[in-house]
Amino acid sequence: MNTSALRDVSVVAALTMFALLLLTIILAATGHDVGDALTALARGSVGSWDALLSGTLVRATPLLIAGLAITLAFRAGVLNIGAEGQLLMGAAAATALGLAWHGPAWLTVGGLLLAGALAGGCWAAVAATLRLRFGVLEVISTLMLNFVAQYLLGWLVRGPMQEPTRIYPQSATLDTVARLPIVIPGSRLHAGFLLGIVLAVALAILLRRTAAGFRIRLVGANPVAAVSAGRVDAAVVAFGAFIASGALAGFAGAVEVSGVTFALYENLSPGYGFSAIAVALLARLNPLGVIGTAVLFGALEAGAVSMQRDAAVPSVVVNVVEAVLILLVVATDRWRAQRLTAQAGT
Amino acid sequence: MADALGAFLEGTVRTATPLAFAALGEALVERSGVINIGLEGSIIAGALGGVVTAGGAGTGVGLAAALVAGAAVAAVFALFAVKLRADQIITGTAVTLLSLGLTGTLYRSAFGTGGAALGTPTLGPLAIPGLSAIPLVGPALFAQPITTYLAMALVPLASWWLARTHAGLALRACGENPAAARAAGIAVGRVQTAAIIFGGALGGLAGGTLVLAQAGTFVEGMSAGRGFIAIAIVVLGRWQPLGVGLAALLFGAASALQFAFQAMGWQLPYQLFLASPYLLTLLALALARSRFVAPAALGKIVEA
Repeated sequence: MNTSALRDVSVVAALTMFALLLLTIILAATGHDVGDALTALARGSVGSWDALLSGTLVRATPLLIAGLAITLAFRAGVLNIGAEGQLLMGAAAATALGLAWHGPAWLTVGGLLLAGALAGGCWAAVAATLRLRFGVLEVISTLMLNFVAQYLLGWLVRGPMQEPTRIYPQSATLDTVARLPIVIPGSRLHAGFLLGIVLAVALAILLRRTAAGFRIRLVGANPVAAVSAGRVDAAVVAFGAFIASGALAGFAGAVEVSGVTFALYENLSPGYGFSAIAVALLARLNPLGVIGTAVLFGALEAGAVSMQRDAAVPSVVVNVVEAVLILLVVATDRWRAQRLTAQAGT
Repeated sequence: MADALGAFLEGTVRTATPLAFAALGEALVERSGVINIGLEGSIIAGALGGVVTAGGAGTGVGLAAALVAGAAVAAVFALFAVKLRADQIITGTAVTLLSLGLTGTLYRSAFGTGGAALGTPTLGPLAIPGLSAIPLVGPALFAQPITTYLAMALVPLASWWLARTHAGLALRACGENPAAARAAGIAVGRVQTAAIIFGGALGGLAGGTLVLAQAGTFVEGMSAGRGFIAIAIVVLGRWQPLGVGLAALLFGAASALQFAFQAMGWQLPYQLFLASPYLLTLLALALARSRFVAPAALGKIVEA
């Protein structure tokens, strides 16, 4: 590990400590028993093998894959904040295929994950096309498409994809052949987590070692220079990265369905696509760093569930911690940049 | 039929009111060159601020508290986006997350995990004699809570202010060409900060309107994406106060339509109506060639 990576890790550790301190203050200020709450947070996240495997890592999986989606897009200068919608569409397509067709287990699961990626890519393609052809800001279009996806999902689970008894707003349950295998027997940790790590390594290699990755970084850093430096069509590179980002988010949704929920629900995602933005930014858009920050956020969210259950602390308090982390990262980055500018000026 | 139409028009104006507040505020912010997607955070903070104070001190104080709460959240955004020149989209996302989390935590901590409903007095309709008797549109436009009239008054006021005052010109200069604005002696950062805080106050008022003129209670996350809808309304209204007012009515109509259809017994998936404003915005964006009407420096970080 080189010194800059070491520094980044220590900065994240320091910021996390600060955010946890803030959490303690909020808990005390709102009249909760701080000791009880923090004990519950630790117990639900890292307190036991089961908490770590079935809680933290299972929670971290969609954050990891969606975090990679955000990383790829942001690196290319595409502000895709529609990972949530792309994830939901991926989940819907994966469920639809998983319910309609069964082959051998590996083929079924593989097909289902592919369907998710395809659907996420298509959903992103709408916003990508609007940007490429009509100059529509992707920030606004992806936000709009998140709402459309949410309502589309709401309609699917009450309409064409509703379970046979037509009582609950959810789909029928996936057959076992359509489910991701469990990695560690006795836990709920599914193969999706490993897939996420493979994807992180692949994305790191793509960005750092390939021509395509170089073009993506170039376009993200300075589209004008990329064009004038020759033969880089910035618009096309951004378009491709946008769709690949959507495919990754859709893949995350498929993994969640095939590994955790086994059915399509309206509230399938507690905002994974939004938390993923924090996950990616905290990792400073470094794919390997995303593994670490996704596990950190997975631990926070798994811990929050047990905090709510055992210490009556509202789990939404974790959103505050996440938000403060983003703001702190942004502030330290700006502070560092301003200091560098000041140094260069003297 | 006339009854259903009347109810539909009334529902349109009622739903449009908080959207108009939030979108008018955001329009001014965007005209100054800043896009604040933390507006959602101001709305939810305003809703909680309003409901907590109105119970004891009345609806007037409740609306004032909503303004202050919305402005406070926007001040956090301004600190990062203007003072530290951080990315506006990332900061806005964080501020929304912060405010949704904080209001949820405070509300549940104060009123139980189950979130026992906290009732509050609401503003009754204030019928304007004469005008409210006009058939059909009278009750819809002139028998509304006072907040609706306030929103109606804000539209021409904002138009006039933007187009005809020095301050309005300075604001627009910041959004179109910050470097030139600075050369002309305008403190760009200060203008943008003021715009953001004012926009946040209007967002807070939107939240206050939701609880004090409509729901009569607070529900976690009750802003339900209105901050983002407001951003769409600004685009659809082409950054002009009058256009923004009309676009807010259009969004109001789309959500009022679902109740009208239900009342008529038509079986259409209601999600279609809920999704239609967003689809409409996308379509309008694609057709409007909006990059030519958006403030030229929108979302760009201004280096000192």
